[in-house]
Amino acid sequence: MSRFEPATVNLEFDKRVGDALQDQELRANFRGAMDFLMGKRAAMFPDKEGLEALRTQGEAIRNRCLSQLPELLEQFEQRCTENGIQVHWAETAQEANAIILEIMHKHDATRMVKGKSMASEEIGLNHFLADHGVECLETDMGEYIVQLADETPSHIIMPAIHKNKQQIARLFNQKIDGVEYSENVDRLIGIGRDVLRQKFFEADVGLSGVNFAVAETGTLCLVENEGNGRMTTTVPPVHIALCGIEKVVESLRDIPPLLKLLTRSATGQAITTYFNMISSPRKPDEKDGPKEVHVVLLDNGRSRMYADKQLQQTLRCIRCGACMNHCPVYTRIGGHAYGTTYPGPIGQVVSPQIWGLHTAGSITKACSLNGACGEACPVKIPLADLIRRLRYESNNSEPTSVPAPRGQGALRKRSEAVTWKLWALLLHKPGLYALALFIATRLRALAPRRIGPWTRYRSAPKPAARSLHELAAQRSQSNASSQEHGRHE
Amino acid sequence: MQRAYPEKPAQVYFFGTCLIDLFYPEAGMAGIQLLEREGVKVIYPQQQSCCGQPAYNSGYDNEARKVAAAQIACLQGGLPVVVPSASCADMFRHHYPDLFADTPLRKQALDLAARTYELTEFLAHVCKVRLVDHGPAATVAIHNSCSAQRGMKTAQDAISLLRQMRNVAIVQQERASECCGFGGTFAVKAPDISNAMVQDKCDNLLATGASDLVSGDCGCLMNISGALEKRKETLPAQHIASFIWERTQ
Repeated sequence: MSRFEPATVNLEFDKRVGDALQDQELRANFRGAMDFLMGKRAAMFPDKEGLEALRTQGEAIRNRCLSQLPELLEQFEQRCTENGIQVHWAETAQEANAIILEIMHKHDATRMVKGKSMASEEIGLNHFLADHGVECLETDMGEYIVQLADETPSHIIMPAIHKNKQQIARLFNQKIDGVEYSENVDRLIGIGRDVLRQKFFEADVGLSGVNFAVAETGTLCLVENEGNGRMTTTVPPVHIALCGIEKVVESLRDIPPLLKLLTRSATGQAITTYFNMISSPRKPDEKDGPKEVHVVLLDNGRSRMYADKQLQQTLRCIRCGACMNHCPVYTRIGGHAYGTTYPGPIGQVVSPQIWGLHTAGSITKACSLNGACGEACPVKIPLADLIRRLRYESNNSEPTSVPAPRGQGALRKRSEAVTWKLWALLLHKPGLYALALFIATRLRALAPRRIGPWTRYRSAPKPAARSLHELAAQRSQSNASSQEHGRHE
Repeated sequence: MQRAYPEKPAQVYFFGTCLIDLFYPEAGMAGIQLLEREGVKVIYPQQQSCCGQPAYNSGYDNEARKVAAAQIACLQGGLPVVVPSASCADMFRHHYPDLFADTPLRKQALDLAARTYELTEFLAHVCKVRLVDHGPAATVAIHNSCSAQRGMKTAQDAISLLRQMRNVAIVQQERASECCGFGGTFAVKAPDISNAMVQDKCDNLLATGASDLVSGDCGCLMNISGALEKRKETLPAQHIASFIWERTQ
């Protein structure tokens, strides 16, 4: 899975899922990792009521900020500009890529280092820049590993979570000159660090993501554990931050509760090793830091999500990945099976809205609506409800909101639609339903032993000899007659 | 937050659910008999069919609404509605108000939602049943549906009823809270993923060495026991109403 190709999401989804389910090593890696992460998160929130209170607070903060998103974005731009940060607006992935390339060109830059940014994966930045002769090196250890393997991240927080240490040992041995096979994790990290250190010093531009953009102060906040974010944003002479427009919060006071929720939900850490707050480029009397800081504010479908009251809840996401860690489907198929930048429950909601239902709507199938994701979500996004809503939008071509999700009705299948019409006809006419029950129970001996995909893995259920309708009617009749009888006596 | 429960009413409606109606009617009858033994008269409206959830979850809202409206029509009149399935109860309680949000039936949907109880919830909190166990010793694994755990939050009620049973020991399965992979049409639309989930569930249940499997949802039961049967493994599975009724007479 070397490159994210939106066009293949719907087309090859079932195949990718099948392949993932067959891969026992992959399944063992994910099961182990997700169990570990669920345990870590649970240990961070021993007090259930405390967790609920914090989630409610997190939800309220995100809702308050989203409710004034346009104003906050304007304020953020103004503050950044006052601080000497240059702000750019990108409506589409193409625009964002072009803006970033232009900044690179302005500085005759050919080497970029990147701190982890899912938004840059979303817009396909690495490949775009490679096509224009720019070398882009991932500096997050997990991202570095997947880049080396010519893969995409399989998790939004832990990009290489699908690999075990043996696989990484093999990869380093094969891909990095002079590296011997070693399963020693410290040794492996040391190897990565040696490669990356050199690259930080050589890079012309550092690109990072943004966890929170503070409107009141024009501050970019970046959460990380490895120091690569700090290196990326301070060592090269130019820093570009790529920031989804939903990331803006009102003030610094909003950060502590969200940060607490983010790190505990994501990796089960009370705090991360680094929390970077960037509020300007290097000042004249300062010895380090980039000479230029740019922020690219990325829309790419977000204002479309914003326009619908229910779907707007998608934008509360603080990208912790807890929904993935708790999803029984993600645990079994892993991130690559979805075929989208954002996998798992939040990916099932975000991806079809970014790339359109006609392109990425099929991934909403991979959900049993069990609700474990919404229960884990630190900002209470009703993920199962949103997945269901997008299924509806996939089948339905009448606009429900303005603007409706792109690709509305694109997955409607005539045969399926007719089946549900018949189903509704049968079940809303009591006479027809009673007749169907009667036939099914009387002809139970003829009940099919194979029912499509159901009986591939399960035996077929057999209709009862008498339906509950009949049994209940008999019982109320006999109750009535015994009462009648009792009165006569 | 715990729901405020009313005094035990003289009469209730019983909503049997379509799966119970056709495949597990004995579970429905057991539910009715458990209620009547508590002195609650049970009315089973013959016009009922299905809560509409299969279409709703598949993204066919118009079809779901049509069927749902028929249920609202036959469950009028203010009586509590008792449902032997957390999943269908959850549909009434939490999804009907959304489904009918911008329609003339909104008020009736909200009214039905407020009157809806899952069977074990109703037995435990409204009837406050005291069960006397006459059955043989049993070690029971409980499978609580996702709706019981997260939608209705009644998983604890099934456990508390079984705890009243003198000869029943409850055994804990690994990853008890994980979905069994049924998900209604999910089992058919994503059969391979669903299978991976139900196989793990079967493994975890068999590993407990339980003598019986009990659940408050027939969808999960159909999925789990269907998969066990295909594997030629035996773990007798029953709806919790049948299990309790058989042991307490």
